[in-house]
Amino acid sequence: MSPQENVKFLHQKYIQSLNREKKWVRFYQAVIFIVFFSGWELASQKQWIDPLIFSAPSKVWGLFLTKIQDGTLMVDLGYTLSETVFGFILGTFLGTLLAAILWWSPMLSKIADPYLVVLNSMPKVALGPILIVALGPSFTSIVAMGAIISIIITTIVVYTSFKEVDPNYIKVLQTFGANRFQIFREAILPASFPTIISTLKVNVGLSWVGVIVGEFLVSSKGLGYMIIYGFQVFNFTLVMLSLLVIAVFATVMYQLVELLERKLIKNGS
Amino acid sequence: MDFLKVDAVHHTYFTKTSAVTALSDVSLEVEEGEFVSFLGPSGCGKTTLLSIIAGLFEPTEGTVTLEGKRVETAENEIGYMLQQDYLFPWKNIEENILLGLKIGNSLTPDKKAYALKLLQEMGLKGVETQFPKQLSGGMRQRVALVRTLATGPKLLMLDEPFSALDYQTKLKLEDLVSDTLKSFGKTAILVTHDIGEAISMSDRVFLFSARPGQLHKTFVIPKELKDETPFNARNHEAYPAIFQTIWKELESLEPAGER
Repeated sequence: MSPQENVKFLHQKYIQSLNREKKWVRFYQAVIFIVFFSGWELASQKQWIDPLIFSAPSKVWGLFLTKIQDGTLMVDLGYTLSETVFGFILGTFLGTLLAAILWWSPMLSKIADPYLVVLNSMPKVALGPILIVALGPSFTSIVAMGAIISIIITTIVVYTSFKEVDPNYIKVLQTFGANRFQIFREAILPASFPTIISTLKVNVGLSWVGVIVGEFLVSSKGLGYMIIYGFQVFNFTLVMLSLLVIAVFATVMYQLVELLERKLIKNGS
Repeated sequence: MDFLKVDAVHHTYFTKTSAVTALSDVSLEVEEGEFVSFLGPSGCGKTTLLSIIAGLFEPTEGTVTLEGKRVETAENEIGYMLQQDYLFPWKNIEENILLGLKIGNSLTPDKKAYALKLLQEMGLKGVETQFPKQLSGGMRQRVALVRTLATGPKLLMLDEPFSALDYQTKLKLEDLVSDTLKSFGKTAILVTHDIGEAISMSDRVFLFSARPGQLHKTFVIPKELKDETPFNARNHEAYPAIFQTIWKELESLEPAGER
């Protein structure tokens, strides 16, 4: 065998071993999934766990089909999903905007510093009742909950990343006579995209928290309402269904952010 | 009238606990088309002086004028090249070299074509759509030079531009930069701690002493060395003598026992 053929052969073997490993990973992931749901079903059927509290996958699936057919699940899902997406976008956008304002004025950022610390330490869901009274028990107040929960942490993280941009990039722009807005547009903002994306990923989770808590407090529609209603009438199949739907759609949102990440961050890698 | 005139510049950095004088009473002149070097031990305020000449900040005392105008008011007349390339990693090569023109709102088709032609002359044809990460250190530094030259600056400042490169790339780039600047008749200031680089590239060498930074001595490089490329100058018979002179002068600046 010539050396070149040998290298080719070894490379193929390497690719094969990579594929084999990938297959095993997928296999075990599937095993965990199947074991979890069939174990749950079995435990519920055999009364090892209280079926009234923990329900069973078959019951949840049955309810899922009923609620799809009468269209109520779609209404609740659409309601909660739009609240979460609005809250998420609003929180991230306003947080980044606030960070930009703080970067623009170092004096303002010094003044605002202790207030940011206080606001960040405060549990935002505790503001829920005030928001609902102020904005009314409606879509708006729940979106506000979804936004307010992520806004301050976004501000702090993004502002820190704005400040940590390598000053030499700014120096390059200054030698070209750039003004502060140009420095922001050409260096500060694009250099901070990776940080902004990672706050987006955190904010996906936070917005769901805000919206679900908001619905607990006030709503008559939505997945959070489904949970609280199921709890009140002791229909835990409904609660489980809502939880599973939330899990699926929170994951989808997270994946969409990752897709955005790959689109937005281009540096030839 | 002198092209660039640094007049009695004095600069002190203030912090909460201290006041450090980086430059003390520095005066010098550079003629149009001349290539000069600032040489000196670390802490002699070379980079501070460069930043002041670039108009990035004002000195505590003294003035710097380019063609009789204060440098703080000059726009895009001074190009500045840093130790590392500092190409923007999220911009491709074309966007990087056109950055200065974009900032100055002077991105005309003419100037764009000129920048792309410069890139080609630097031996970097066909990299326009690539990203900095895909290029080698030497290529990136050449792109940075194109970015600096694209705005057509009257004065070019090079702050140890070759110090982050390997020796072979450094020697090749010295020749390329020297050749390019000579052909454009650009005035340039090179900051370096490499005596050989200072001698082989410049017409005059300004030697600075440290703490506080002061102009210690000026050396005029003999004409026979000036006419050679930097690589050949290093092998010229006149080279060792001037190297020894500057070396001894540098040694005398170091307080005894510091090494």
